[in-house]
Amino acid sequence: MIGRNVRVVRWAAFGLLVGALSVVAAGCGGGGSSSSSASTQIEGLGSSLDEIKANAKNEGQVNLVIWAGYADKSWADTFRQQTGCVVHTKDGASSDDMVDLMSTGAYDGVSASGDATLRLIAKGDVAPVNFDLIPNYADVYEGLKGRSYNTVDGVGYGVPHGRGPNLMVWSNKAISPDSDSWAPIWPGTDYKGKLSIYDNQIFIADAALYLKATQPDLNITNPYELDDDQFNAAIDLLKQQRPNIGEYWDGVTYAKQVTSFKSGEAVVGTTWPYQVNLMKAEKPPLDVTAKVPKEGTTGWSDTWMIASKAAHPNCMYLWMNYIISPEANAKVAEYFGEAPSNSKACAFTANKNHCADYYADVESYWSKIYFWNTPQADCGDDRGDVCKTYEDWRSAWTELRG
Amino acid sequence: MTSIADVEPPPRHGLGRRLSTFFVRHSHLRLAALLALPLGWLLVIYLGSLFLLLLASFWSIGGILGTDIVHSWNLDNYKTLFQEPVYRNVAFRTISMAALVTIADAVLAFPIAYYMARVASPHTRNLLVVAVLTPLWASYLVKAYSWRTILGEEGVLNWLLAPFGLSGPGYSQTGLWLAFTYLWLPFMILPIYAGLERIPGSLLEASADLGGKSLRTFWKVTLPLAFPAVVAGSIFTFSLTLGDYILPGLISNEQFIGTVIYNDRGSNLPVAAAFAMVPIAVMTVYLWGAKRLGAFENL
Repeated sequence: MIGRNVRVVRWAAFGLLVGALSVVAAGCGGGGSSSSSASTQIEGLGSSLDEIKANAKNEGQVNLVIWAGYADKSWADTFRQQTGCVVHTKDGASSDDMVDLMSTGAYDGVSASGDATLRLIAKGDVAPVNFDLIPNYADVYEGLKGRSYNTVDGVGYGVPHGRGPNLMVWSNKAISPDSDSWAPIWPGTDYKGKLSIYDNQIFIADAALYLKATQPDLNITNPYELDDDQFNAAIDLLKQQRPNIGEYWDGVTYAKQVTSFKSGEAVVGTTWPYQVNLMKAEKPPLDVTAKVPKEGTTGWSDTWMIASKAAHPNCMYLWMNYIISPEANAKVAEYFGEAPSNSKACAFTANKNHCADYYADVESYWSKIYFWNTPQADCGDDRGDVCKTYEDWRSAWTELRG
Repeated sequence: MTSIADVEPPPRHGLGRRLSTFFVRHSHLRLAALLALPLGWLLVIYLGSLFLLLLASFWSIGGILGTDIVHSWNLDNYKTLFQEPVYRNVAFRTISMAALVTIADAVLAFPIAYYMARVASPHTRNLLVVAVLTPLWASYLVKAYSWRTILGEEGVLNWLLAPFGLSGPGYSQTGLWLAFTYLWLPFMILPIYAGLERIPGSLLEASADLGGKSLRTFWKVTLPLAFPAVVAGSIFTFSLTLGDYILPGLISNEQFIGTVIYNDRGSNLPVAAAFAMVPIAVMTVYLWGAKRLGAFENL
């Protein structure tokens, strides 16, 4: 009897295993990438703003992938009161992390930077946006509309959130507040083991940008369009920097950068304005300076995008409209430390100089900030298809970090 | 085999009663129905996802932006793993860390477990079991961040060592080793404790009767009998270290298998999937060895 039962169990297990694996294999047998449709229609989305508002009440929630600080309670709660949609968020560690999280299909939308947007569009994970349903879009700065990172073939794929620079931050005890160069984070630094650096391959662009200023003979025109020589020079610079780095940080572990500057583990590094705000909010405030040094800097221009298979599309549309409303856009821009996307937000910031401080409408300032972008083989100029692809950047970064 | 079916069944009504009779008559179907859910979960969800991972490791990425998963079967990802020294280095670093953590945990856990199982009074033993188990109730992240604070430049470790003119390891591989050793220690203590408790006292008495001194009894009787339990505990400490990707990111700047997979999965899933096969292969070999050493009887 026992022997027979064991045999039955074995056969049952074997049968289940074969069945399970064939189901799994069948699921993977389909075509490669899903093609993106240019339709703004998402299943369940209302066709007018009134219909969307009514539908949102039934959905009751929206799930977002965000950069840390983009959906703080102080304005997410107001959104809930206005629309009945509870905001659930997940911080993205990097643009790659966000692309991966969106491919799970578990989220309704994402605040994507320029090095994620085109990949999300190409994968078909995000849908075009019907701007007629987003009344606040009319007030967005023209300089943010229809850009290469949020529009493909004339179709808009999202709502501009805001933009900002990656900053250099340093402790005033070590470096003079008047300093104006990236040199302290690069080879020859006096702060070996005290550097705090963003942990993603997109940081290769920061090395390229420094070389653009310091080694003109490399002819770097755009830090995301690097041919072999330029790329190797950037990697070489990063290799020399590697032993001096005390700590890497990313969009999930950003808080450790704040504690490292507080404890003295880090003295100088790259940062987002967000961490600078957190450092200034410490008691007592940390004695640090953060600015864009003379060599220029990289930055980000973020876009709220809706998942093409969003489970709560109505709440997501309301969120995209809400987050660029003058009041909410002012709050998030100040909280994170970036320029708002809505021109009317400047009237609502607590610091009345916020828009001026962050050059909200000075396009000539932004034209010098190299927004995160996805590197492609096509250099975008007469060099042709000789530039390093994002995959080259990834494997180089893995090698550098390993 | 006598079956209940030979007996005249009582009059029956209702679906439930008929179903129950059916299952009594068909015992193999009863067994299958009982096991379908747990086995299905294990095979479809658990092994199915691992199988998917294996499939993905033979694919590659394509498209202008590298966003397409190309379903063309090839071994390129595995070639990359073998040819690029970085993956070898990372794998070697991770496996060494797992081995060192396991050794440290075994050395620390054995005396504690021995004291609990053989020396302590029942009251003290209960207290010790509680003390060993309590840290498991605290969140992993709380413990990880605590170690960040402890090891920090102005942390408690440096403060303690400062009077002696020493300084702690800081955020380094040594610091990481300390934190891992702390985190997984209970997973080593408990199996060893259970293993030691199961050694019959009569064996130790027999050894003493035959003239074995306590040290000799320990080496010749206790340790060999408890060794499978140590191996059982090492399965936990080794595999948990092998797969961790959070603590390395907080306490060390070096890349480990988990952190590389975490970083690469967003931009090149097939390579990440191929690298994920490394710890699976290592653990398969490890578990096979552990089984040979009789560790599974001690889990």
